[in-house]
Amino acid sequence: MPLVGDVKGPRGPDTAAVDRATGDAYWRRTSSLMWTMLAIWAVAGFGVHLFATSLNTITIFGFPLGFYMAAQGSLIIFVVQLFWFAKRQNAIDEEFGVEEE
Amino acid sequence: MSDSPKAQSGDFLSNLGRIYGWYTGGFAAFVLVLAVLEQVGVPNRIIGYLFVFLTIGVYALIGYLSRTAQVSEYYVAGRRVPALYNGMATGSDWMSAASFIGMAGTLYIQGYDGLAFVLGWTGGYVLVAILLAPYLRKFGAYTVPDFLGARYGGNLARLAGVIVLMSASFTYVVAQIFGTGIIASRFLGISFELAVFVGLAGILVCSMLGGMRAVTWTQVAQYIILIIAYLLPVVLLSAKVTGVPVPQLMYGQALEQIEMLRQTKEALAGAPSHITPFINSDPINFFGLIFCLMLGTASLPHILMRYFTTPSVRDARQSVAWSLFFIFLLYFTAPAYAAFAKLEVFTNVIGAPIASLPEWVSIWSNIGLVRINDANADGILQFREFIINADAIVLATPEIAGLPYVIAGLVAAGGLAAALSTADGLLLAIANALSHDIYYRMIDPQANSKRRLVVARVLLIVVAIVAAWVASTRPAGILAMVAWAFSIAASGLFPALVMGVWWKRTTSAGAVAGMVVGYGVCLFYLVGTQYYGMPLWFGIRNISCGLFGIPAAFLTTFVVSLMTPAPSQAMQDFIDSIRTPRGGVRMVAGEKVLD
Repeated sequence: MPLVGDVKGPRGPDTAAVDRATGDAYWRRTSSLMWTMLAIWAVAGFGVHLFATSLNTITIFGFPLGFYMAAQGSLIIFVVQLFWFAKRQNAIDEEFGVEEE
Repeated sequence: MSDSPKAQSGDFLSNLGRIYGWYTGGFAAFVLVLAVLEQVGVPNRIIGYLFVFLTIGVYALIGYLSRTAQVSEYYVAGRRVPALYNGMATGSDWMSAASFIGMAGTLYIQGYDGLAFVLGWTGGYVLVAILLAPYLRKFGAYTVPDFLGARYGGNLARLAGVIVLMSASFTYVVAQIFGTGIIASRFLGISFELAVFVGLAGILVCSMLGGMRAVTWTQVAQYIILIIAYLLPVVLLSAKVTGVPVPQLMYGQALEQIEMLRQTKEALAGAPSHITPFINSDPINFFGLIFCLMLGTASLPHILMRYFTTPSVRDARQSVAWSLFFIFLLYFTAPAYAAFAKLEVFTNVIGAPIASLPEWVSIWSNIGLVRINDANADGILQFREFIINADAIVLATPEIAGLPYVIAGLVAAGGLAAALSTADGLLLAIANALSHDIYYRMIDPQANSKRRLVVARVLLIVVAIVAAWVASTRPAGILAMVAWAFSIAASGLFPALVMGVWWKRTTSAGAVAGMVVGYGVCLFYLVGTQYYGMPLWFGIRNISCGLFGIPAAFLTTFVVSLMTPAPSQAMQDFIDSIRTPRGGVRMVAGEKVLD
């Protein structure tokens, strides 16, 4: 049975990819990126639409802005956000040397 | 990834662009040939047959060519699906008949408030990408309950996961088969019951021989057809109405004219505004629905398991971004469909003499999707005298735009692709949970790979037949139940999955208690308000019952985890290893590595 319980200390036999300090620092950076992303998500998914009525008084190319944000604007933010997230997280992985071999 | 692909599939993977390029070109040529056939007088019925049978035939061929005898190919397509193609496959896995046919109609009827679906069904992918997909991919699961079983040490959590998965996915798959039956019966001219089983055959040939591998490559093919079929009619309509073939930009003009007509045209008295928020639902229900749909997206196993198929963690992240891009292409077009259809109705239908309505109105009223009732008997159609079914918006657009029948056939093929691809993914998720989690992990862990695949295929057929049988009885309210699936999945699975990755302190007891409470609260509210006349809590509709279930599950998981001893060091190491892209996964005692 592939037990790891008898291994002392944080370093496993062949599976731990990085030492504890690097791992913790890596996870802090990853978590802060996660919270940034969640904040953008919350604003684009909910925040702006709270103001839909007032935004609707602005019209661009025929689109009332409040309607536009829910129909296209937030969606575009989500898509761009995800490509950007993938790029940022890859950079963090490389910075801490935990990217896949 | 260390693998030695068979020469044939290696060739296939390195030539994906060329293969699907030829496929797309071939499909375009096929549509052109049918257009020519229509012009030389081939009847519409024949064109409908050719569309339905040829596309299903192609899916079946892909399914047959992707047959496999390897367990990892069957469950996770050998983990070799490139990010872009997995994104396309997820797109068609995600977009069902409801998205393809129903979404634009909902927007037509509800205006701004319908956009809750557009937002909810896209924003959830942000949660998938940042909270779950990379970590589940690193763990290397075959199924979602697999992860629960490993993280929460044992079969109790696994079983709870399977139960939530089954209840969320089964109603969903029944609705897809129902949709397949409706489209097939309309375009083949056969009875609904028979059409359901034609659709079933279409679903099974795609998935049975090759499991996830076959479903993946068919879903890519289905995405290409559904997106062409969705975009083409409205692009042509936009070109006709505004002179510019970019409906997503040009429908702003349509919105302006709709609002102007609504305020100036007498026959439109009583028509609600298309752009004013919170007419049909108050803000709490609007945002509550968005919230439940988003968290539900990030909990539905047939979506999460698509990210088990990418070659790496990095690809899993990239793949979620591609998925959302491909889904976005359809969802940001749906409001354009609604606006152009509404403009047509407001301009040429309402206020017109009933004796001389546009031709498309009579075509669709013959089928019963449009109803006209001259209540005040003045011979002029008023807003309140015209009722159009939500499904008619996308289906009628070819006729509204005055396009040939071949485009209507194309739309049918697209709707069929959307329904079949979603049904494939759902059936596979259900059957895999039964064969892998229940049979292999809980009943017979000694079963060899040949036996496991036999069991997986038999269960796939059994689940498919049961689902088709339920669909053929035309169960009342099944379509309403689909929206519930999101709240159920989110209440039952979201907290356990997310906290399992992001909070090391989450214990097995906490997670199981959270799943039980979340699922229980959600179901209690649903069943109570729907069937036993229970009053609504805070006026929240039961479609958003996750608004109670999700916080309840989070809170329970949190409190019970703190009351029970912290997870072992081995478990904490396991969590560290799934958080780090590099290196292997450290399994905890009793769990074994897959592949």
